[in-house]
Amino acid sequence: MLKNAILSVVAVAVLIGVGAVLPRMVNPYLFQILILCGINITLAVSLNLINGFTGQFSIGHAGFMAIGGYTSAALTYYLGPHVLAGVAGDGAAATVAGQAFFILSLLAGGAASAVAGFLVGLPSLRLRGDYLAIVTLGFGEIIRVAILNIDAIGGARGFTDIPRYTTFFWVAFFALVTVVFVRNIMSSSHGRAFLSVREDEIAAEALGINTTNYKVMAFVIGAFFAGVAGGLFGHYLMYLHTNSFTFMKSFEVVIMVVLGGMGSITGSVIAAVILTILPEALRPVKEYRMVIYSALLIFLMIARPQGLLGMRELSLSTFRGLKLGGARKSQAGGAKRAL
Amino acid sequence: MLALSARRPRLAAFVSAVLVLVVSACLLVSCGKKANEIRIGEFGSLTGTTATFGISTKNAIDLAIEEVNAAGGVNGVPLRVIVEDDQGKPEEANTAVKKLVEQDRVVAVLGEVASSRTLAGAPNCQNAGVPMVTPSSTNPKVTQVGDFIFRVCFIDPFQGMVAAKFSVDSLKAKTAGILRDIKNDYSVGLADYFDSTFTSMGGRVVADESYSEGDIEFKAQLTAIKAKSPDVIFVPGYYTEVGLIARQARELGYDKPLVGGDGWVSDRLIDIGGEALQGCYFVNHFWQGSEDPAVQKFIKAYKDKFGSSPDALAALGYDAANFLVAALKELATQDAGGFATLVGTPTSATEQPRKEALKRLRDILAATRDFPGITGSISMDEYRNAVKPAFFLTIDKGDYKVVGAVLP
Amino acid sequence: MQEFLQQLVNGITWGSIYALIALGYTMVYGILRLINFAHGDVYMVGAFVAYYAARVMGASGPVGPLAAVGILLIAMAACAGLGVVIERGAYKPLRTSPRLTALITAIGVSLLLENLGLIVFGADPKFFPQIVARKQMELVSGVIVGSHQLVVLGVAVFLMVLLQVVVFRTKIGRAMRAVSFHREAASLMGVSTDNVITFTFAVGSALAAAAGVLVALSNPKIDPLMGIMPGIKAFVAAVLGGIGNIPGAVVGGLIMGVAEVMVVGYVSSTFRDAIAFALLIIILLVKPTGLFGTGVSEKV
Repeated sequence: MLKNAILSVVAVAVLIGVGAVLPRMVNPYLFQILILCGINITLAVSLNLINGFTGQFSIGHAGFMAIGGYTSAALTYYLGPHVLAGVAGDGAAATVAGQAFFILSLLAGGAASAVAGFLVGLPSLRLRGDYLAIVTLGFGEIIRVAILNIDAIGGARGFTDIPRYTTFFWVAFFALVTVVFVRNIMSSSHGRAFLSVREDEIAAEALGINTTNYKVMAFVIGAFFAGVAGGLFGHYLMYLHTNSFTFMKSFEVVIMVVLGGMGSITGSVIAAVILTILPEALRPVKEYRMVIYSALLIFLMIARPQGLLGMRELSLSTFRGLKLGGARKSQAGGAKRAL
Repeated sequence: MLALSARRPRLAAFVSAVLVLVVSACLLVSCGKKANEIRIGEFGSLTGTTATFGISTKNAIDLAIEEVNAAGGVNGVPLRVIVEDDQGKPEEANTAVKKLVEQDRVVAVLGEVASSRTLAGAPNCQNAGVPMVTPSSTNPKVTQVGDFIFRVCFIDPFQGMVAAKFSVDSLKAKTAGILRDIKNDYSVGLADYFDSTFTSMGGRVVADESYSEGDIEFKAQLTAIKAKSPDVIFVPGYYTEVGLIARQARELGYDKPLVGGDGWVSDRLIDIGGEALQGCYFVNHFWQGSEDPAVQKFIKAYKDKFGSSPDALAALGYDAANFLVAALKELATQDAGGFATLVGTPTSATEQPRKEALKRLRDILAATRDFPGITGSISMDEYRNAVKPAFFLTIDKGDYKVVGAVLP
Repeated sequence: MQEFLQQLVNGITWGSIYALIALGYTMVYGILRLINFAHGDVYMVGAFVAYYAARVMGASGPVGPLAAVGILLIAMAACAGLGVVIERGAYKPLRTSPRLTALITAIGVSLLLENLGLIVFGADPKFFPQIVARKQMELVSGVIVGSHQLVVLGVAVFLMVLLQVVVFRTKIGRAMRAVSFHREAASLMGVSTDNVITFTFAVGSALAAAAGVLVALSNPKIDPLMGIMPGIKAFVAAVLGGIGNIPGAVVGGLIMGVAEVMVVGYVSSTFRDAIAFALLIIILLVKPTGLFGTGVSEKV
């Protein structure tokens, strides 16, 4: 307990330090890529819980992201000025109050998204595989069309004038929270239950695991973090438009999960970083950028069909305490499935 | 360190190979900067569903800058355009502008076609104090981002108003149907302002339907509109869809005029729509069919270079580039020292004077009056929006004819 | 009433386009259990091959029926070849991998075709030459249907029947069903699974090309990204009908088309895509394997 508490305090302190120093050291463009990496890590790891660990097939993550993003942006845009009216100004109090309100609206966005996750998770009781995938895809499109029709949040013309609250610290913080949360849940008995749903639903039920519960839970948790990521995204760009949340965005996140390795948290992290940097790194080749990007994608999948890390985890020996047990053990099961 | 054990050399080798690839590609980014040049940034959708608009804008800007460089650049310093693709996504637009401003250290940014992408990218320019000139983002909010953001095109309220006025005054329309592209902020903006003006002038909008960019089937919407038999249908979309819309409207037996905005302007419209467009009307800038030698020269040069006639987006891109170049030239005359700080990559010593020079460049842009563009004579108003007359054209046997003009 | 009939006609003709694309989707899925996301892009390539073929033949207006069929066959043959290349190059190496891996590769192939298309064909939309003369017919007073739309519907139904015959009445069809039922067992029984799969891809891609050409004829605008939305929607239609089921694809496509058109006509066009998907979700909740899909009972 104490060890964990100390570790968390140290981690947060390091993040604050890095967040303060980094913007002065690296060029703002690279800094922005780092922030996008962080948001994508949150998205990829949260989707990995649904697709990788629980074996469901969701291609609607952009929808969850949109709900969280628009909800939290609406809160800071409409409620923010009223709530923060008392502490207006440039003082430290205003900054702290602003940030506190921002975090609350992020969590509210996450919660709204989690509710949607619950609703989308329900059909998974009846639907399997590609049919479930289509439902999640449809859900994402329904969300997009619904937003297009709500003028209060910008409709087709986009949601402008969102305050810029997102900082490197919050992005890194939530990426870390997502990773630690998913890691912890996966190394708990719940984690085994998620894996059992993926490996063999009938056997899991025979052992008394409420598979329904776990499937819905995976969707709720995954959606929550996707919603938070959406909020971070909106308050970073200061602008939201539905074109950011098409099914291509959902595909991108699925690609991160599969490329990293289904059921590998570190794999998702690495893949999220690679797939965020790759399109930027390919800018010099101009119009061939997306051609090379897609060709590389095909090549990578053929070279590593199980993803970069498969079901393994990379671990730093200095962070021995964060080592993941659950996924390791599942390797045997995974190998059997591959047969 | 990383627990890539020796038992899995392939994994280790593979991961490192991927990393090396990414890193080496990163290094590529930083090369290719020359000292004696002025760098101008451009971002646009070179890929993705709206690539055709981004590419024609890019072509025209390339053409404009080439012409400037062939004539000796600005004060003898050549210009270089650095183009970044945003795939038609707002977040990519933001990153692209950030790269142009912070990494390439451009002195100004040109772009985007879609207001949504300009809105996503503009704060980066505003915060860095780098002027941005958007060729064709029509949402009024774009230039409200800040005093470094300019545009050379109409804004939605103006064009929507012009189209509504024309429909009522010249076409004697009492009822109108609207068919808007719900995925496209330009189209939605125009439709909204058309609706309010048309209604305020005593007309009635009897049907308001929508489609999504990329659709090829519009018969359901058109059937619903036709059932209300409006006097005109306002279709504020892009030429990519309007050609098919016109065709299908005629196939369903609707024979009254369609009315549109400058998004219609392209040879492709006539290619696809053909005879169905006979007797349709659209709002446009000055240039089409103009005898002005500058316009003719542009159309010919564009055709020679890219093999097709320029669309409205190309014309506006060309104007945006020249509008910026004119301001740079003015800066060079007014303040040679400040201008010199914009050449090449700034050093820590020139950082502050460069900022000052960019501010002066901004002031010059804001003070521009009667700039002779090919899309008409452009003056900046106090909100940094272009003020220029709008023309009404009709399509007659695949040719355009001016039928009216509205002064701002 | 007249408006309703017109909308019904609009819906059926539009749905037949979905049906035509969904046929290829469902066939590949039936054999391989792979959602071939590149299908919509093969459809695009088919339209472009026909476009260039027509240009090379100098056809800008109506040509004889022989030339028109020739152009169609060229597009189908080219796409069949493309399908085989895609299958051998991108999918075959992943035959034993997790299904999601192959799905990502399919997305990769799709992106590759789209972006190559942008470079090779150019991003601007092209007018597809009207190589078959178009006629508008009045069914009853005020209800209009185009000849091309009827052709699309006819071809969709014809191909559906043809595919049913191939799958259920021929030797290769039997092999296809065997591979679909159990790939390993089929190969142990002497079925050359690789050849069957390649054949399926060739046929599926040729179908996509046919769809591309016919759609380009009736809605004459083609561009490199024209396959994205129809591809997704046709996939949805295939799922709606029960993916892997050939008549299901056609029925699913028609339902999707009519539903979309009716939503536009009588609900709200801005909600078109949302309601189409909502309908789908409801149908799937009632019948989780689609209208004609057969549920696979789970074995312990």
